[in-house]
Amino acid sequence: MNRTADYVIVGGGVIGCSIAYNLAKKGAKNIVLIEKKYLTSGATGRCGAGVRMQFGTETNCLLAKNSIEMFEHLEEELDYPGSIEFKQGGYLLLAYTEKMVEQFHKNLGVQHKLGIPSRWVTPEEAKEIVPHLNTQGLLGATFCGKDGHCNPFKTTDAYARAAQHLGVEIMTYTEVTRLLARDGKITGVETSKGIIETPAVVLCAGAYSRDLAATIGIDLPLTPERHQILVTEPVEMMQGPMVMSFYHGLYCQQVPHGSFIMGLGDPNEPKEYNQNSSWQFLHEMAAKATFILPPLANLRVVRQWAGLYDLTPDRQQILGSVPGIEGFHLAAGFSGHGFMIAPMTGKLMAEHILGEETSFPISMFDFTRFERGDLYVEPSVV
Amino acid sequence: MCEANQKDLTIICRCEDITVDEVRAYIEQGVTDLEQLKRLLRVGMGPCQGRTCTPLIVNELARATGRPVREIPLTVFRQPTTPVKLGVLAGGTDHE
Repeated sequence: MNRTADYVIVGGGVIGCSIAYNLAKKGAKNIVLIEKKYLTSGATGRCGAGVRMQFGTETNCLLAKNSIEMFEHLEEELDYPGSIEFKQGGYLLLAYTEKMVEQFHKNLGVQHKLGIPSRWVTPEEAKEIVPHLNTQGLLGATFCGKDGHCNPFKTTDAYARAAQHLGVEIMTYTEVTRLLARDGKITGVETSKGIIETPAVVLCAGAYSRDLAATIGIDLPLTPERHQILVTEPVEMMQGPMVMSFYHGLYCQQVPHGSFIMGLGDPNEPKEYNQNSSWQFLHEMAAKATFILPPLANLRVVRQWAGLYDLTPDRQQILGSVPGIEGFHLAAGFSGHGFMIAPMTGKLMAEHILGEETSFPISMFDFTRFERGDLYVEPSVV
Repeated sequence: MCEANQKDLTIICRCEDITVDEVRAYIEQGVTDLEQLKRLLRVGMGPCQGRTCTPLIVNELARATGRPVREIPLTVFRQPTTPVKLGVLAGGTDHE
C-alpha cells in the first residue's frame, strides 16, 4: 500500500530543513522530508559558509537582513544543544574599478534605506579593518559589521532536529525519482522506496530541481555551475571579516575554527553537473588569495572540494508556487546565496504554502517572471 | 582514575581533538553515518584527513550498528593528499 503525507519536501539542505521546521511550527502535520543522500550532502554542505546583508537588490537585502537577525537567535529558537558557530566579523567588499565604486554606492543606497549598517571605507580604512590586506589597485570598499559566518552543517542539523521534534519525518538515502501530478494537481512523489501520495510538494533540490520539475512538464530555468573551495589548517584568529572581491571573483574568510575558507567563481566554468575538484583551481585560488592577503602564503591547504550553484537567469531564487499545478511549491535557484537567506526563506515559504499573508511580498521571486521578462538581476554575487 | 574519566580523555581524532565519548554520544543519538559524523564533529576534516580516526570510528560504528566493518561506507578522500602551503601552490618562492 502506498503511504501518504500532507506535505512532501524534496531536498535535505538547509532550505528544505528550514521550510520543514517552519511548516511544523505553524502547526502543519504529516510532513515528510526526503533526501537523496545525507542532510547537507548537496550545495548546503559545500558552500562557503558566509552570511551577509550587503546585496544589490532590495529583496535580497531584505531576505538577508531578516535572516541574519534570525541567525542571531537561532540556537535558542531551535533549542539546539550545540553551536551553529555564528560569527559577525563583517564582510569587506573590495572595489577595483570606477564602475564597481559606482555600483557599490548604489548598493549602499538600497541597503541604507532598509537599515543595513554598511558603509563606504577608503583603502586606508580597509587596511585598519584587515591589516594584512594588500591595497594595491584598491579604490575603496564597503563594510558591514553585521555580516559574517555560520556553520552550514550545524545550522541544518539544528533545523532538522527541531523539525523532527515537531513531528517531521526525515527520510535520508531516499531518492525522489519522479513527481506525480494529475488534472493540474500534485498527487505524489515516486521515490526509490516507493510512492508517497501527497497533495503538496515543496521542491528544494538545488540544481537537481530542474530534472524533477521536468517530470511533470515544468521547465525551470536552472543551470548547474561548479564552484570550488579550499580550506587551510587552523591558525590563531587574525582576520575578522570575510574579504570579497567581485573583480577577482573570490572570497576568503577565517572561520571560528581558525581555518581559512576561500572560493573562486570562474566565468568560464562549463554548465554541467560536475562536482569534482581541479588542480587549476588550487593554483588560481592560491595566486589570487596570496596577492590580496599576502601572509596567507604561509598557510597550508588541507582540503579542497566543489559544489553546484543552481543559477537562474537573474541570479535570484525562485520562491512561490507554479500556476496551473495545484500544490507545487518551489524554493530553488538560489544561485550561490541560499544558505545565508535560509532562515527567512523557510518562514516566507511556510507562510505562502499555508495560504497566509507573507511577512513581505515574494511575488518578485515568482517562477513566471522569466516568461514575463521581469528579471531582477542581483549585481553583487561571485 | 575512574573508568569514565579515562574514556573522556581518549582522543579518537587527533587533528581536531575529538574524544571517543563525543563520537559515541552522536552514535547513540542515531547518527550512524560516517559522512554525518564528519560534518557534525569535524572527525577526518583535519590535515591527516581521517587516516588515523576513520578506521577507529568505523569500528565504533560497526560495533554500534551490528554491521560488518566492510559494509560501513567511507567518506570521500579529498585533494591534496598532504597539506601544501598556499605560497607554494601560487608558484612563489616560498619553499621550505
